[in-house]
Amino acid sequence: MPKITLIQHSGESYTVEAADGATVMEVAIDNDIDGIIGECGGCCSCATCHCYIDPAFLDKIPPRGDLETEMLEFASSEAKVNSRLACQVEITDELEGMVVILPETQL
Amino acid sequence: MQKIVVVGAGHASGQLLDSLRRGGSDAHITLVGEESWLPYQRPPLSKKFLSGELTVERLAFRPKSFYEKHDIHTRLSCRAVSIDRAAQTVSLANGEALDYELLALTTGGRVRKLTVPGAGLTGVHYLRGIDDALGLQADWQGRDKVCVIGGGFVGLEVAASARRLGKNVTVIEMADRLMGRAVSPAMSGYFLGLHTRNGAHVMCSTGVTELVGTHGRVSGIHLSDGREIPADVVVVGIGVLPNQELAREAGLACDNGIMVDEFARTRDPKIVSAGDCTNHPNSLLGRRLRLESVHNALEQAKSAAASLMGEQLVYAQVPWFWSDQYNSKLQMVGLSQGSDFSVQRGNPEEDKFSLFYYRGNALIAIDSVNCPGDHMAGKKLIAAGISPSPGQAADPGFPLKSLL
Ligand SMILES: Cc1cc2nc3c(=O)[nH]c(=O)nc-3n(C[C@H](O)[C@H](O)[C@H](O)COP(=O)(O)OP(=O)(O)OC[C@H]3O[C@@H](n4cnc5c(N)ncnc54)[C@H](O)[C@@H]3O)c2cc1C
Ligand code: FES
Repeated sequence: MPKITLIQHSGESYTVEAADGATVMEVAIDNDIDGIIGECGGCCSCATCHCYIDPAFLDKIPPRGDLETEMLEFASSEAKVNSRLACQVEITDELEGMVVILPETQL
Repeated sequence: MQKIVVVGAGHASGQLLDSLRRGGSDAHITLVGEESWLPYQRPPLSKKFLSGELTVERLAFRPKSFYEKHDIHTRLSCRAVSIDRAAQTVSLANGEALDYELLALTTGGRVRKLTVPGAGLTGVHYLRGIDDALGLQADWQGRDKVCVIGGGFVGLEVAASARRLGKNVTVIEMADRLMGRAVSPAMSGYFLGLHTRNGAHVMCSTGVTELVGTHGRVSGIHLSDGREIPADVVVVGIGVLPNQELAREAGLACDNGIMVDEFARTRDPKIVSAGDCTNHPNSLLGRRLRLESVHNALEQAKSAAASLMGEQLVYAQVPWFWSDQYNSKLQMVGLSQGSDFSVQRGNPEEDKFSLFYYRGNALIAIDSVNCPGDHMAGKKLIAAGISPSPGQAADPGFPLKSLL
């Protein structure tokens, strides 16, 4: 199981084991880490799982889909080039050591 | 220590517990749930779970460790049968009674049952919980002809999932159009086309008079027009009733849901209620209503938790909902019933368009298909009371963002 690090807006950081095939949204919820809401449960419908991905890892995950890109444009915290919906990013072994930054707000 | 009992272990209860603990409550909390599962996400049951793309573990609203870490006592596979408000106790089906100082009713809803002859045959399914979904999955394995009775969200999502698995699918709807209670005729028309294109056979304005079977197992459906169609598996999705009996029998007011105020409080100061089971006021809409949606369950639960902690958090939000059918994502914000007219943005033929609904000059709702940008903008516009002109709404080149 790869380890990834989630850093909250406050600077609090959590390094946790992430199960292969789980999404980054599920990793945050499973570890009781504030900062990801995941209202729609991972259906790519709510944009309350916005996160910023370590740029070094962007090419190790499949690119954003069109719907995801459109959702992110209206996320409550500013969308950046490394913005993703955490429920659309699946954990693979290649993501060992990835850092994920959580935004100031999701609502 | 203060004792809080939460009855009903669904979405609303999960959020309520989270909000209580994150809000600093150190109460002794007991969660009572009739199902054998900790709170879980229901939406995937008719979508990715049914089509086999998600496992049970991934449906959990919070992992088991959450309840341990936050010291929440769980009583699963355990039904609450009555409330004694004077004694402040909840009786369970096993004869036990739990004391409470504060009580939350998050009992959700249950499926409306088909009452025609033959409705009790094997092979007739409903879909509300994990156990239903597992039962349906096991039953339609190796069977081909799936008939869905009811063309609402759940029925149509089941139809789409069954088509994805290559099954022969028929949808029977009594009204003259699909999802008639929730969307406009134009949107119903789009979804009729979508299902037809994807190989499902949809019959509107058609009733069911009887289910027939051999050796106790369903084999066909008699329709109101006199025809009989074959069926290996029947899935019924004809609506949800609020689980309000526990409250009503305890003397709390109920009228299509447990009556609560904007703080999710019943008239008993010790009892709150949230989710599918409530009839609540919404000042933005200017009326009372009962909703069946995740957003409603979560947001109302936050208000209920605040009330339990002696705070006040008004629940007044623009409702939103989504449904996934084939490759079309329907997202709805606001309630379109009672609109005077709608304008279309985008192109249904490209499976990418939205309908903007107006009452007078005011934008009251948007239904979007594969246009999450319109949906997200709509959430903000409607909440802020900002209305694009119909001309702006109809022009996909006009940036809605510029109004925010
Ligand atoms: C198949 C399906 C698909 C859906 N898709 C969507 C969607 O795409 N988007 C959306 O927004 N919403 C969707 N919904 C609706 C959404 O899931 C519900 O609105 C939400 O789960 C309501 O949460 P709740 O906590 O109010 O009730 P529930 O989740 O129904 O939970 C209530 C729980 O209380 C238990 N209970 C009831 N009475 C008692 C008692 N006396 N003692 C003990 N326990 C009791 C019940 O067994 C149940 O487990 C869907 C629902 C279904 C069934
Ligand atoms: S959890 Fe809703 S979009 Fe990711």
